Amino acid sequence: MQAVNTYLRGGVALQDFEFLSPKTIEEAVSIKAAAGNKARALAGGTDVLVQLKVGRFDIDQLIDMKNIPELNELSFSESDGLTIGAAVPCYKIYEDPTVRSSYPCIVDSSELIGSIQIQGRASLGGNVVNSSPSGDSLPSLIALNGSAVIQGTSGTRSVPLEEFFTGPGRNVMTEDELLVSLNFPAPSKNSGAAFLRFIPRNEMDIAVANVASSVTLTADGKNFESARISIGAVGPTPYFAKDAGDLLAGQEVNDENIAKAAEAAKKYASPITDMRGTIEQRIHLVGVLTKRTLDIAIQRARG
Amino acid sequence: MTSTSNPKSKYNVVGTSPIRHDVLGRVTGKAKYGVDLRLTGMLFGKTLRSPHAHARIRKIDTSKAEAHPGVRAVVTTSDMPIVNDEVADFGETMANYRLLAELCLANGKVLYKGHAVAAVAADDIHIAEEALDLIEVEYEVLPPVLTVQQAMAEGAPLLHEVMTTRDVAARFTRGTDTGVASNIASRIVFQGGDPEAAFKNSDVVVEREFNTKMVHQGYIEPHNETAFWAPDGHLTIWTSTQGAFGVRTQISKTLGLPEAHVKVIPMEVGGGFGGKIRSYMGPTAALLSKKTGRPVKIVMNRKEVFESSGPTSGSNMRAKIGANKDGKITAAEVYLAYEAGAYPGSPVAAGASTCLSPYNLENFFVEGLDVVVNKPQVSAYRAPGSPGAALAVETVIDEVAEKLGIDPIDFRLKNATKEGDRQVSGVVFPRIGCVEVEEAIKNSDHYNTPLEGKNRGRGTAMGWWFNGGNASTAMVTVNSDGTVGLVTGSVDLAGTRTAISMQVAEVLGITPDEIYPSVGDTDSIGWTGPSGGSRTTFSTGIAAIQATNLVLDEMKKRAALLWETQPDDVTFENNSFISNKNSEDTISFKDLAGKLMGTGGPVSASSTSNPTQVGSAFGGHICDVEVDTDTGKVTVLRYTALQDVGQAAHQSYCESQVQGGAVQGIGWALNEEYYYTDDGTMANSTFLDYRMPTTLDLPMIDTILVEVPNPGHPFGIRGVGEVPIVPPLAAVANAIADAIGVRLTELPMNPGSILAALKDKK
Amino acid sequence: MADKIHVKTNINGNDIDFLCEPRQSLLEVLRDNLDMTGTKEGCGDGNCGACTVFLDGRIVDSCLVLAVEVDGKSVSTIEGVADVDKLHPVQEAFLEHAALQCGICTPGFIMASKALLEREPDADEGRIRLWLAGNLCRCTGYDKIIRAVQSAGETMQGN
Repeated sequence: MQAVNTYLRGGVALQDFEFLSPKTIEEAVSIKAAAGNKARALAGGTDVLVQLKVGRFDIDQLIDMKNIPELNELSFSESDGLTIGAAVPCYKIYEDPTVRSSYPCIVDSSELIGSIQIQGRASLGGNVVNSSPSGDSLPSLIALNGSAVIQGTSGTRSVPLEEFFTGPGRNVMTEDELLVSLNFPAPSKNSGAAFLRFIPRNEMDIAVANVASSVTLTADGKNFESARISIGAVGPTPYFAKDAGDLLAGQEVNDENIAKAAEAAKKYASPITDMRGTIEQRIHLVGVLTKRTLDIAIQRARG
Repeated sequence: MTSTSNPKSKYNVVGTSPIRHDVLGRVTGKAKYGVDLRLTGMLFGKTLRSPHAHARIRKIDTSKAEAHPGVRAVVTTSDMPIVNDEVADFGETMANYRLLAELCLANGKVLYKGHAVAAVAADDIHIAEEALDLIEVEYEVLPPVLTVQQAMAEGAPLLHEVMTTRDVAARFTRGTDTGVASNIASRIVFQGGDPEAAFKNSDVVVEREFNTKMVHQGYIEPHNETAFWAPDGHLTIWTSTQGAFGVRTQISKTLGLPEAHVKVIPMEVGGGFGGKIRSYMGPTAALLSKKTGRPVKIVMNRKEVFESSGPTSGSNMRAKIGANKDGKITAAEVYLAYEAGAYPGSPVAAGASTCLSPYNLENFFVEGLDVVVNKPQVSAYRAPGSPGAALAVETVIDEVAEKLGIDPIDFRLKNATKEGDRQVSGVVFPRIGCVEVEEAIKNSDHYNTPLEGKNRGRGTAMGWWFNGGNASTAMVTVNSDGTVGLVTGSVDLAGTRTAISMQVAEVLGITPDEIYPSVGDTDSIGWTGPSGGSRTTFSTGIAAIQATNLVLDEMKKRAALLWETQPDDVTFENNSFISNKNSEDTISFKDLAGKLMGTGGPVSASSTSNPTQVGSAFGGHICDVEVDTDTGKVTVLRYTALQDVGQAAHQSYCESQVQGGAVQGIGWALNEEYYYTDDGTMANSTFLDYRMPTTLDLPMIDTILVEVPNPGHPFGIRGVGEVPIVPPLAAVANAIADAIGVRLTELPMNPGSILAALKDKK
Repeated sequence: MADKIHVKTNINGNDIDFLCEPRQSLLEVLRDNLDMTGTKEGCGDGNCGACTVFLDGRIVDSCLVLAVEVDGKSVSTIEGVADVDKLHPVQEAFLEHAALQCGICTPGFIMASKALLEREPDADEGRIRLWLAGNLCRCTGYDKIIRAVQSAGETMQGN
C-alpha cells in the first residue's frame, strides 16, 4: 500500500512486502529485473528497514542478499587487491587483519558507522547502494580508488566509485542491477590513507562533513607522489576532489602544500544549510578535515 | 539485600545505599512497564496526526478506514463528550480540561504538526497504521507562529480566537482577565525597590539577550496507554505515568465519568522527568475500547513522542544586573518570554520565581510571559522553567563578576541568600543551603585544581528549585512474622519505593529488606500527587513515617494489654517495646507482630501527608571544557555537581539523580534542540538528530552532597531530582566564555554556533 | 498481505519456531508474538540500543532485524542472561552500583556490556564508553553504568 500519510510513520511498523532469499546472484538479478523499483535489496538492513519504516519508498519485495556467496566474500591478493562482498558487515571488515594492516582508512570508516550494534549488521555495500551524500564510507572508498562490481541482466560491470554516485540516494545502477562487491587495488608502497568525519556528538550522528585522503609518498617520505582526496556531506553526492589531490603530486610534504590542498578541496563543496550544519560551517570543515586527514595519511604512509 | 553503611550518616538506614527492592526485575527484563502490557483480546491503536502546524479541519472522512479489514473502530473529536472549561493543578503544571480534551483529539483546528486528529483500533499495529492512510482529512492551512517574537508581533495569527491575556500574581493561579485578545496567555510580574535608580548608581551593569529552543525530556520509553471499558461502565487504564490520580481526574473530566468509575493502574515507568504527568491517549484508547468492547493499547512511536508529547519551552529572555565595586549587586531586571506550545501553560512563572533566588536583592523587576505558538504543548521537564532563566541570570552574574575582577563564587557569596531573606515572589526563605553550597564549591578539589591548557575554561553556576510538597498516602501493614508491607500511591521512577521503605525501616529499627513496598492503583490507596516536583521521597516519606507511627501507637496498645499497663507507659526504641513501669517487660517488634492476632487482630495504618514546610534546594556546578577552535566542538573535561540534599535518603540514588540531571543539562546546553523549518515541521524528531549525550560525550560526573537538614522533614530530607538540571546551561556557557573569550547567548551552543561566534570575535 | 513465514530459530538455548509476517521486526516478534518483553523499543530506528540482542553471538538492534532473518540462527535476549538462581556478573554489578534508575534502557545496556566483557573483560573507561555509545540512558548520566561495567569486568577476570 502506498504510504499517503508518510509523516505518520516511523518507529513501529513496516509496510507489507514479500521476503525473498535467493541463493545465487543470477536468481537475485532476475527477481530485481522483474520487479524493478518495486524490489529493494536487503543486506544489513540498517538503512533499508529505517527507510521502509518512514515510508521513504514503496516496495512489493525485499530481496535478502546475505545468502549469496559472492556477497559474503572478503579476500585480498597482491594482484587483485581487496574484495569486499556487498553484504559483509562492518565488524567483519574492521576485524580482518589484512584490512587493518593494509586499509586503515576503511577501518576508520567502518568503525564509525553507527553503533557497535549497527556495525554488526551494516555493510559497506549497503552504504554505497544507499548513496547518501553523507555516507561514512564513501569518501574512503573513492579516495582508495575503489570500484563497484555490479551485476544485471546484461552481465557484470565494474564502475569506479568516483563515477558511481549521481544524486542523493541515486547512483548509476539501473533497475535490474544489484551490487555484488567492492574492489580496491592493493596499496602501493609508501602509501597511506585516513578518514575523518565531523559530528556534533562523538558517536551516533550523521556527518556535518567528512573527508578521506589517500597519499603515496616518495621512498624518503619527503614528497608526495600522488594523492586522492574525497569529500562528503557537502553536496548531493560525495565528491572526488581531484584537483586537490593532483596539486600535491610531486610537491614537498609541508604545511603550506597541505593547506593549499585543503583550500582546493573546499572549492568542490556545494553544501546546503540544514539541521546538521550551515553552508559556511561545512565548507570550513572540509578544509579542517582535509588537513587533518592528510596529516594522518602522511604519518601512515611513512609507517 | 546488602546495605552499604555510610559512616557520615547519623542514621542507621537513612543515608545508606541498600539494593533496591524492584531492581531485580529491571536487570532481568521481568519488570512490567506500560509498553509491556498485553491483555487477552487486546487491540492495537494508532493516532492520525496533523501534517500541518496550523489549520482548520474542514472535514474528516473515516469510512474507508472503518471498512479496512482488521480495523475495529475509528474515533474523532465527535466521539468526545463536550468538556467544560475548568482549570486544574497537575502538580507541576496547570491545565484546562477542555483544552486537554482538544489536545487528545483536535476539535475544529489543529494547532501543531503532530496534533491528534483521529485514532483507530485494529487487530495489529500494521493494520492500524495502514488504516491511518485511509482517513481523509480536509484542511484549510493557516499561517503558523513558531517563536514568541512571531506570536507577539503586531497582527500575528491567533491560535485561539477567544483567548485573552491574564495578569497573574503567583505561580499556579489563574489571574485576572485583561480582556486583550492575544497569543500571550498570561503575564506575571515581580518587583521590589527601585531598580531603575539602582542601575544608575551602579559601577557595572551588564545586560544580555538570550534565545533558547524547545527541548525534550528524552525518556527512552514512549508514552503508552491501554484502556478497557467494561460492560458495566467502569473504565480501567494501564499506563506509564508519573501520577495515576492525575490521569484519573483528567480522564474522568474529559469523558464525563465519575472518578469512582475510572481506575488507573500505574505500570513501571521508563523515564518521565515531568513529561509523563498528562494523559495524551487515555481518552482516545478509552473511546476505542468502548466502541469495540475490547482492551485497546496505544503506544507512541519516537517521532510522536517528540512531535506530540510535551517538551519544554523555547524562550526569548533578557537579563540585566548591576553591581558596585565592593561586589554588592545593586539591581536585577529579568524578562522571560516562554513558548507554551499550542495551549497555555509554559513554566514561565516558575522561571520568574526562581532565577534570582541565589541572591538577596533589594531592587528587582521580573516579568514573565506565557506565549502560545504552533508547537506541541509544553509539559513539565525537571525544574520546569528554571534552567532557561538560570542561564540568563547566571551567565550575566558571571560576566559582572568578571568585570569587577572578583572570583564568581566570592561574588555570589557576597550576595548569597539566607534564611529569612525574601524571594522575589515575597516568600520568606526557611533554612536553606545557598551559602553552604557556595562554600563547598570554594573548598572543592575541582575548584582548587588549576585548569591548564589552550582553549580550556572553567565555569560555575548556581540554581534553585522550590521542590514540591503535595499530598501523598501511604499504608503500612504489619505481618505476623515481623515483616512489613508498605503501599504508597507514588509511582516509582527511580528507586523511591526503597527510599521510602528506608524511612519506615529507620523508624521501626528494622532493615529495608524486611519491608516489601508496592505502588497502589487509584482504587487501592488514597489520593497521591504525581511523582514530580522532587516530592516523592520527601512527602510520601512523611506519609509513610506517619503511618508507621500510627502502627506503633496501636502496637503499644497491644503491648500494654500484654503487660496489663497503659499504652502511654510503653515506649518504642531500638526495635523493641519497653514498659516504663517494669523494665523486665520488653518485647521486640517481631515478637509482638506474632502476637497481634491474639491481642485484637491485625495492625495496619494509612496516613496522608500534605506538608507545608517543603525544603527547597540549591545546587552549584563546576564545569571544565575544551573548545576545538577549528571545528567549534566542546569537550566537557571535568564536571562536579554540588547540591544541598538536606539529608540523602538513599546515598547512591541521590548521587545518580544529581548526575542524571546534570547530564540532561549538559545535553541541553550543547546539542539538544527542536529544529523547526518555516512551515512548523520539526526536522529532527529522531534520536539520531535530536542529539542527547551518549556515553562517549561525557566525563564521569562527580557529586558533592551538601547536607543542610530540612526542618520540615523528620530526617531532614529535601527533594533532589530537579535542582541538578538548573545550573548546567550557565555552567557550560561560562566555561566556554572562559575558554574562548566569547559569551554565547543562544542555545544550543553547538559547534556551528561556536564557530560563528569565534568568527565574529575576529 | 504477504503470506506468513515459518521461522525456526533458537532463542536463549531453546529451539523455537514461530509464524510471522515478513514485515515484522525481530523486536516485534519477541515482544508481541513470543511475550518476551524484556527487550525494549525506544526508537525503532537503531539509535537507542534498548532492543539490543545477540544474533549469532554479535549484538544487534533487534528493531532493525526482520524476524524472518533469524531463521536458522541463534538469538539471545535479556531473559536468557541470568541462570535460574544466579545473576550474570553484569546484572549483579548493575544492582550493586546503582547503575540504573527507571531501568528501561537496562536490558540493552546489559546485553551490550556482556558482549564487550566477554571479549574484553579488561576494557578501560574509554573502551567501555565507545562500545556503549549506541545505548542511550537518560536517567543516570552514565557515570554509575560505566563503573558497574568496570566492576563486572573485574569479576569476570576473577579479580
